[in-house]
Amino acid sequence: MSWTRISALALRYTLLYKRSVPRMIELFFWPTMDLLVWGYVTLYLQRLYATAQSPSAGMGAITFLLGAMIFWDILYRAQQGVTLSFLEDVWTRNLLNVFVAPIRIEEFILATYLVGIVRIGVTLVALIGLAWLLYQFNLLAMGFALIPLFINLLLMGWAMGMITTGLIMRWGQAVEALAWGVPFLVQPLAAVFYPVDVLPRWVQPISHALPATHVFEGMRQVLAGGPFPTAHLLWAFGLNVAYLVLAAWWFRRMYERARDKGLLAKLGTQ
Amino acid sequence: MSEPVVEVKHLRKEFDGTVAVADVSFCVGRGEIVGLLGPNGAGKTTTLQVLLGLTTHTSGTVRMFGKELRSHRVEILQRCNFSSAYAALPTNLRVWENLRLFARLYGVRDSAAKLGFLLELFEIKHLKDKVTGHLSAGESTRVNLCKALCNDPELLLLDEPTASLDPDIADKVRRILRQIQREKGISMIYTSHNMREVEAVCDRVVFLHKGMVIAEGKPQQIIDRFQRSSLEEVFITVARSGDVLDGSGTNTG
Repeated sequence: MSWTRISALALRYTLLYKRSVPRMIELFFWPTMDLLVWGYVTLYLQRLYATAQSPSAGMGAITFLLGAMIFWDILYRAQQGVTLSFLEDVWTRNLLNVFVAPIRIEEFILATYLVGIVRIGVTLVALIGLAWLLYQFNLLAMGFALIPLFINLLLMGWAMGMITTGLIMRWGQAVEALAWGVPFLVQPLAAVFYPVDVLPRWVQPISHALPATHVFEGMRQVLAGGPFPTAHLLWAFGLNVAYLVLAAWWFRRMYERARDKGLLAKLGTQ
Repeated sequence: MSEPVVEVKHLRKEFDGTVAVADVSFCVGRGEIVGLLGPNGAGKTTTLQVLLGLTTHTSGTVRMFGKELRSHRVEILQRCNFSSAYAALPTNLRVWENLRLFARLYGVRDSAAKLGFLLELFEIKHLKDKVTGHLSAGESTRVNLCKALCNDPELLLLDEPTASLDPDIADKVRRILRQIQREKGISMIYTSHNMREVEAVCDRVVFLHKGMVIAEGKPQQIIDRFQRSSLEEVFITVARSGDVLDGSGTNTG
């Protein structure tokens, strides 16, 4: 064993952090996001426990968690459908071949949307089946409300995917971790596993500005036996239109910037 | 020369104030193979990227097939194709899947017959069902060339297409490219650091240095102008000349 060699290798891996802001951020990012999500879940469960009149209240919360987990996956897969499709071509050094082909950038985006739908379809079938088999949780019992709720998550996932891909296109593989990081940055704010009112008051307006928040609130409303979540769906849909327009503008801008700076070619041959 | 397939006039490209291409003008005629040469940093890769629509130019005009590249990018790319030693096809797909996919991207009709012919031409039909990532460098290059020819391009942009090939395969590839160019009248822009290859393949050479065209003509004309015995010697002279090379190709230092 040579301490010199061990320290040389340790130095090599430490230097990576010194020169890369995204890597430094990553050190704090995941633990912080985990802490926020599980912290608010804990607060929510404590509140339920304190106010519970019967054991069935606890069961209700568990149902919410299972539903939220499946719903979250739709958002996540839709975002990944866009971002990972792009990254796949970066990783296999195929990006140049794709972008010198006679394709319009809109066609590229639509293709990644389709991939997202396929990914979601496969995941959903598996998750709904497993949840029913293992926990007797039948998500389909939510009925017709499932469809607009799913569609809204899909739309938000696509918007997030375009924003993330735009960032990767502009700043390259150094920010590749954002492909997985961006959804989890949104997760604590989107009130996925707990209602919005668990969040601090000053965070709630930010949370309400996210389409996903309205979807998850709507989901809890339906799972609790409430009425069809029309208001939440309208909010989610309106916000999604705005986010999609913004994301499309951002993506095109980043694409043009990448072409101006020669980054597509660089990214394609890295 | 009939109407040029490529017409580049006073092309300039700056990256955040750094000049990659200062002032480049050249034409490529129908059925002509033009070598884009120059030492590292001369601007040939940037020029190629501009022609492929991967990078936008700062000023100047780029017309291909008589159309302005900026406003007709997709239309122009439909008539071109590209192969590079530095770009790979998806390694996790089979050769046939990859080729079918690109044929689809280029809207090739009867792609099965077309691709079958190309695989045979490059003597790699037996690789059809192999996973692309498992191919040798030489095999990958030939599959890339099949992709590059799948849409019967009128203009083929080749970035060091034989860089990773052994001399035997490299020679085969050169002969096939020459044959296709003769039979189909394809125009080609060719970059390579192998000067003997450039002499053998290219009809004309555009020599770039520090983002400018310093010499243009048939390979032998360039050799004569620089009073050297081969393009390789010309290349070395240019690369080592620093700032003392004038536009006529004579060293003034």
